[in-house]
Amino acid sequence: MSMQFILSHLNYWLFIILMMIGFYIVVARGNYIKKIVGLNVFQVSVFMFYISIGKVEGGTAPIFPVDMDIDPNVVYSNPLPHVLILTAIVVGIATTSLGLALIVRIREEFGTIEEDEILEIESKLQQEENSAEGPAMGGRA
Amino acid sequence: MRHHLLLRVITKLLVGPIILFALYVQFHGDYSPGGGFQAGVIFAVAFILFGIVFGLEKVKLVFPPWLVHKFAAIGVLLYAGTGIYSLMLGSQYLNYSAFTPDHPEHGQHWGILVVELGVGITVAAVMVAIYYAFAARPPVISDEDW
Amino acid sequence: MANAAVLPALSIIDQLPLLTIVVPMVAGPLCVLFGNRHIAWLLAFLASLASFLFSAHMLLQVIDGDVLSYHLGGWAPPLGIEYRVDAANAFVLLLISGISTVILPYARQSVAHEIKKVSHTLFYCCYLLCFTGLLGVVVTGDAFNVFVFLEISSLSTYVLIAMGAERDRRALTSAYDYLILGTIGATFFVIGIGFLYIATGTLNMTDLAVRLADMDGNRTVQAGFAFIVVGMGLKAAIYPLHLWLPGAYTYAPSVVTVFLAATATKAAIYVLLRFMFSVFQPEFVFELHTLTWIIMPLAILAMFAASLIAAFQTDLKRLLAYSSVAQVGYMILGIGLATKISLSATIIHLFNHGITKAVLFMVVGAFVMRKGSSFTKNLNGLGKQMPLTCAAFVVGGLSLIGVPGTAGFISKWLLIDAALEVDLWWLALLIVMSSLLAVVYVWKTVEVLYMNEPDEGTIAKEVPMSMLIPMWVMAIACIYFGLNTDITLTSASVAADSLLRGGVQ
Repeated sequence: MSMQFILSHLNYWLFIILMMIGFYIVVARGNYIKKIVGLNVFQVSVFMFYISIGKVEGGTAPIFPVDMDIDPNVVYSNPLPHVLILTAIVVGIATTSLGLALIVRIREEFGTIEEDEILEIESKLQQEENSAEGPAMGGRA
Repeated sequence: MRHHLLLRVITKLLVGPIILFALYVQFHGDYSPGGGFQAGVIFAVAFILFGIVFGLEKVKLVFPPWLVHKFAAIGVLLYAGTGIYSLMLGSQYLNYSAFTPDHPEHGQHWGILVVELGVGITVAAVMVAIYYAFAARPPVISDEDW
Repeated sequence: MANAAVLPALSIIDQLPLLTIVVPMVAGPLCVLFGNRHIAWLLAFLASLASFLFSAHMLLQVIDGDVLSYHLGGWAPPLGIEYRVDAANAFVLLLISGISTVILPYARQSVAHEIKKVSHTLFYCCYLLCFTGLLGVVVTGDAFNVFVFLEISSLSTYVLIAMGAERDRRALTSAYDYLILGTIGATFFVIGIGFLYIATGTLNMTDLAVRLADMDGNRTVQAGFAFIVVGMGLKAAIYPLHLWLPGAYTYAPSVVTVFLAATATKAAIYVLLRFMFSVFQPEFVFELHTLTWIIMPLAILAMFAASLIAAFQTDLKRLLAYSSVAQVGYMILGIGLATKISLSATIIHLFNHGITKAVLFMVVGAFVMRKGSSFTKNLNGLGKQMPLTCAAFVVGGLSLIGVPGTAGFISKWLLIDAALEVDLWWLALLIVMSSLLAVVYVWKTVEVLYMNEPDEGTIAKEVPMSMLIPMWVMAIACIYFGLNTDITLTSASVAADSLLRGGVQ
């Protein structure tokens, strides 16, 4: 793997590094907000990836002149990935705000947003449900 | 924030220009960078700024939550309605050229204008709705405990 | 673009692929605009019924192997977004809209019982958006559009699941887990699409199929394939990627569970089918290896492991959720075998399992309404107190096992047929053996319902007619499609044909 190879694929390397950082945060962190942060980094890495593949070497912004007098020698960047990613960004915002809204509700109901503490509460609830002596509703809130 | 005179005055001065700028971005979206998404967010910012400085109750008087929900729905319906109008003209969904068959470019201008307006209304309403939803929750730690 | 205006006017029949999506999409915001829960329900039902009629009409149009192509905004593919309906997706559309139409009358009472009144309009709005998203995933012929519709349905699904928090707060954490996993899945799918776009420069599925045809050894394409399969596998709850499913199904409101179990995973499996057999060629070496060495073993693992876990559950809803994971295994097995018969088996099992699980979860919803929970310990002797509901459970249970005369039998028979066709007799044996595991957990429940004495001092009435009738419509469908297989078998084999023929007409 030569230096040339690494440099010419720089955007892919950055994409992979960013993606793995985000993915690691989602998997390894127990705090629900940090998980959302990780998810955002993960998604943003994909946005960067798409935007970088839309770049054409020497290409300019893909806006045609108003009089539509297009010079065939001008190279334009590919606008399609940008448009796609605009949609994906909006989806990402929706996901983030929904995730945060869920966290607010979880905090209200469980009193914590740490995964291990919530799992403890849940397993306690499950034990109550499974024990025959437990109340009929088995700790249903 | 009752005592922060400076903040209150500046906010009052800013809200108008912010909304004006939102409308500028909105209606220039088909010619220059801009459009419904950006304009909607800027528009919502005016309300959110007002809410942060003057309190949630005040901003809810200006833009009550039930109205926010209706506007969110109206925006989507405006978008979908544009498409349905082109269906009724016997063309494909969102085929703007059908609006003015003699001069398709005009139809496209009209189409994108209305669709972007729909997007703008929904985005603004949804952003304000998100702000309301989060701001209306009682804080776990009260301000005095910091 | 300018010449689009001079094209001849389209009739309403030409608009059907679009109207199927747009009618529920418009009905959603209208629910919020009217703000009345009765009107919201009516709108949801009418929109669902309309979609059902439209998809039935489309299925009749394409059953001979025709393809309907709709150009959104008048932009011709491959540049514009195309809605492309052939027998495969018309069949899945019919399943989704049909089940939704039967569920909604049932939903009225169940939702009134489980969700507080102020949220009803928003519930139906979310339901319609979820419905729109699922239909959109199936109808579209554009790879990126699949992602957009997938997220529309997923985001509304998270909200619908979280609405179960009024009964059990664990609905919130289940919804959150699903949100994290679902978003990772969808993002993987987008990365996959990105790789395909780098390799081919197109997003239209038909166009992709043509351009990918001679790219077998291309690493970019292979990576794209891997990302797409894993991403969609998460949504379809293929065995080790199923972790979100039991929690989500257990704590969601009953109606939501019925709807998700019967339709959501089915749409994801359809996308897998479409990508594996239409966009990518099944002859590709890397795909062949994936099918034989990854998909097949996972399918067999799902059939056994998930069924075993199901047998030990104390909550009927969770039991059926694990059973769903096992049943997804059968569908994936059909994909793994990759012959025409096995694909027909997958498609027919999509349908049969959809109606079977709809009955079973509707019955669970009825139990929750009358007994307050779905724990088996609360269901003692209900066979005498709620005879019609419990009888529906028995019919559904038999279909789940695959007893002759029920819909479940047809799909398993076809699957065994497909296994024997390629001389994998041990596989046929495994299918029969895993069905025996289904006997265990179905019998366990039937025993509680019929053999145990009712708890003292408890009286449970039958649920209202508006819930019983949809339940029995599905139960009778289970028997009908077990006896009369003309409709399903013909559609499934035409659908398998059109999948294998790929995008190329």
